[in-house]
Amino acid sequence: MVFVPVTCPRVTTMDCNMDKDIQEKNRLRRIDCRRITAAVKKLFIEANTDLGADVLASLQASLRKEESAIGRQVLEKIIENADVACRSKMPICQDTGLAVLFIEMGQDIHVVGGDLRKAIEEGVRQAYAEGFLRKSICDPLSRKNTQDNTPAVIHIDIVAGNRLKIIAMPKGGGSENMSAAQMLTPAAGIEGIKKVVVEKVLAAGANPCPPVIVGVGIGGTLEQACILAKKALLRPVGEENKTDERLAQMEKELFGSINESGIGPAGLGGRVTALAVNIEMMPCHIASLPVAVNIQCHVARHKEVII
Amino acid sequence: MSTTHQIQTPLNSEVIASLHAGDMVLLSGDVYTARDVAHRRLYESLERGEKLPIDLKTAIVFYAAPSPTPPGRVIGSIGPTTSYRMDFFTPKLIENGLRGMIGKGNRSPEVLTATNKYGAVYFGAIGGIAALTAQCIKKVELVAYEDLGPEAIRKITMENMPLIVVHDARGNDLYAIARGQWCVKH
Repeated sequence: MVFVPVTCPRVTTMDCNMDKDIQEKNRLRRIDCRRITAAVKKLFIEANTDLGADVLASLQASLRKEESAIGRQVLEKIIENADVACRSKMPICQDTGLAVLFIEMGQDIHVVGGDLRKAIEEGVRQAYAEGFLRKSICDPLSRKNTQDNTPAVIHIDIVAGNRLKIIAMPKGGGSENMSAAQMLTPAAGIEGIKKVVVEKVLAAGANPCPPVIVGVGIGGTLEQACILAKKALLRPVGEENKTDERLAQMEKELFGSINESGIGPAGLGGRVTALAVNIEMMPCHIASLPVAVNIQCHVARHKEVII
Repeated sequence: MSTTHQIQTPLNSEVIASLHAGDMVLLSGDVYTARDVAHRRLYESLERGEKLPIDLKTAIVFYAAPSPTPPGRVIGSIGPTTSYRMDFFTPKLIENGLRGMIGKGNRSPEVLTATNKYGAVYFGAIGGIAALTAQCIKKVELVAYEDLGPEAIRKITMENMPLIVVHDARGNDLYAIARGQWCVKH
């Protein structure tokens, strides 16, 4: 629940005649950079070794649904691997990803003891060095590895309150490569959107390690649609869009169509090609209909903390 | 019904001929890891007529770059990367002796033509089960392009590595066959 302050928050409001809760939420808080670095480090190591309970539950449910014998074998191995990785503290996948972070920073936070972005990058650096995670970031042209998995991709939103939420999302290259954005015409409508999503997932086939989670962003601008699509991947697997019934309906239809494709686990044939289709949307220009499809492999990793 | 083959490297032409798309394989022996930049370097060396740092004759490449090896382990997590990025370089490597590839995902028609012409095989490994796959690796040796870090070429010794034949030497493609079999027709 986001608290919306009714008065301009200041430290001195402690003297005002406001209830204690409001005082607490508006109080200016100092957060030391070292705390941010430590949190980021912990999140990336955990995300890479400990698969989320929602993803595991969805894989278990898929195993009961899958009719193809090879598909079931693949799902069993995926579940077994998650267990082995967690117990042995080994990365679930060798591709420990590009470090993507979503930061929700309360406007009443004062970061002290350094630079916020540098503190985050340092957390990534420490996680990948000390957690034995693969460094997969390189110069796009020379392809020279940066050796420490930085820079990270950091999205910072300023929100109400005095809390700092950090979401760490190691994103693998194989599934990211199968993602795309398209600027449709308004005439394309819902059918046009559905066509783009299904086409991208079907064309990807076995490449992005199905069963996949499909993040869809509709509206905004080109870059906003992509951010919405990526944020859609953070929603717990199995939860439908709760803000718009039209989107929940579209999610259901797309989920059905994709799972009729026959691609199946690891692309070896079967009923389970997607674990979820999550759509997020915002208004767009009267001339546009941006659609972004961000594909996530079955190693759907993200961990978060609120400081 | 698919067959399970116990295969020991090096791959010979009789073994390759016995494999059919969809067959399960337990592979033991040595393979080389190589992916994007390593492929470019091998290809460019062949173009220039230089000696390669690895012997491609009957070789198998695993499109993989492991995570760093923690203390007390043979290797970190390891698994296949998506194969199509190596497609441009692959026919030339096959012409020069490469007989097996381990990866995941679709290949180009040019790769299929080359596997068919020279009698090579494309094995699929399951992606995203890298902690489990690491258990099949018994030995690792860095052999070339050390500067590439995780992308360097390593000789790895496998024991009973579970694979599935995706493209056999007859031009059959398991992905297309499986999809046709499981796709819901309206």
